[in-house]
Amino acid sequence: MLLLVRAGFRRHSTYRLALLAGLTTNSVFGVIRASIVLAAIGSAGSAIGGYSAPMAVAFVWWGQALLGTVNLWGFQEVKERVRSGDIAVDFLRPLDPQLVYLAGDIGRAGINFVARGLPALLIGAVLFDLAWPPSPGAWLVGAASVGLAVVVAFAGNFIVSLLSFWLIEVRGIQLVWMILSGLFCGLYLPVPWFPGWLRTIADWSPWPAMLQHPLDILSGRLVGADLGLVVANQVVWAVLLLALGQVVLRAGRRRLEVQGG
Amino acid sequence: MADRLASWRAARPTAGGLADRLRPYRVILAARARAQLQYRASFVTDILGTVGVGLTEFAEVWIIFHNVELLGGLDFTAALLVFALSNIGFSLADMLVGHLDTLPTYIRMGQVDAFYVRPLPLLTQFMTSDISLRRVGRFAVAVVALVVALTTADVRWSAAKVVLIAVTIVSGTAIFSALFTAAGGLQFFFVDGAEFTNSMTYGGSYAAQQSQRVFPDPLRVLWTFVIPTAFVAYLPTLAILDLPGDRLAPVWLAWCSPVAALAAWLAAALCWRAGTRHYQGAGG
Repeated sequence: MLLLVRAGFRRHSTYRLALLAGLTTNSVFGVIRASIVLAAIGSAGSAIGGYSAPMAVAFVWWGQALLGTVNLWGFQEVKERVRSGDIAVDFLRPLDPQLVYLAGDIGRAGINFVARGLPALLIGAVLFDLAWPPSPGAWLVGAASVGLAVVVAFAGNFIVSLLSFWLIEVRGIQLVWMILSGLFCGLYLPVPWFPGWLRTIADWSPWPAMLQHPLDILSGRLVGADLGLVVANQVVWAVLLLALGQVVLRAGRRRLEVQGG
Repeated sequence: MADRLASWRAARPTAGGLADRLRPYRVILAARARAQLQYRASFVTDILGTVGVGLTEFAEVWIIFHNVELLGGLDFTAALLVFALSNIGFSLADMLVGHLDTLPTYIRMGQVDAFYVRPLPLLTQFMTSDISLRRVGRFAVAVVALVVALTTADVRWSAAKVVLIAVTIVSGTAIFSALFTAAGGLQFFFVDGAEFTNSMTYGGSYAAQQSQRVFPDPLRVLWTFVIPTAFVAYLPTLAILDLPGDRLAPVWLAWCSPVAALAAWLAAALCWRAGTRHYQGAGG
């Protein structure tokens, strides 16, 4: 398993220019978003939804830093393998396909965090005044929360990709998934800024577990018992989505017919 | 195919009027459009998708104004007008030339060489190599926003303002198209680093949707005089709603959007030229 994680790490570290390019885009969007939230908080005159100005800016920059780490959107491989029938090869291997792809994705998350996330964060810290987690304990919980976010985002995307067993083209569903996750994971704006009803939808969905929760911990908005609550929420979603992924994978396996000898 | 080729040849050397010269492009674009309409279900899904993208962009504006009355000196209606104008310009440009974004794929596959041997200019071939009709979804969201903003805002209408709106939409589309083209030219150098230019195209579009007053001065200078996206929506909105400008955004600047578009296209042409000169072919 560790070997697969390392392979994923090395595979994605080959494209250095792409990592640098991603960092540039993250930084540009970081600057624009940070300017917007600062202007909003300045206009409101005080904190909005529990975010002081440094917290909101930290929220934006951690979000840009983790955007490459947590795989919200760029997940095409499994879908293509199901469509082409290559998934049959994965079934023949001695390891469970879900675990194999999860391991690869954790490796990808690792290189993206080191090469793309940390530098983006550094740029943000140089340009803006960021809030930080208040204690070493909060840093540790934050790190765990990032790890869980990677797993939840993978598990969700894996299920969407597996729908190709039944549908010829899952692009439409992927697009819907992308739109909903982008809005409800807190990438654009923090979920606590949403109007009540929209917030309720977010609270009952898996998307905040993919970004909003770790961001809240790392920007120092949540402290004490709240940390435990959001991490527990992430654990529940990780287990639920991984289990659902297993069910869908088994059903797909029974459904799969591969041509040729 | 044979008759199309014949008409293509017939259209070239004589090159009588402009209409004749444009004929091959018309034929190509019509074919692309027809092809996209063939798969109805997939086309409808794609359109719903771009409507969804437009709506999330709108949701961002709306959520902010759920928390504050004013952002960067604009109220919700004014911000809606900025959102509408920038999205109309961007979605039209995206529809016309947004596919220049896929240039690295062509370069990697060695397919660019095929474009070189055809008897039409490279850039116009790329531009007409696709027309993304599905982007009409985002355009529709923006048009609805424009109508709502213009009817709810207290606009003191005059002929000049109607002209300004038309000029803004044309210039805005031209400015975003220039950004896509400049980005395309730079792809010849980056190939794997396509995301570099995303910060210019998508980042520029995102910046265009904001009141420029949320940005610190150096950024405002950048969005006005280097990557001129302030001309796409913010400056015209000030003029249309008779809002006071400030030192970096005097209201008369709204009328200069054609100049900005021209400058952007000059830069884009240079980038494209440098890129195509740099290209060495795929070999073989």
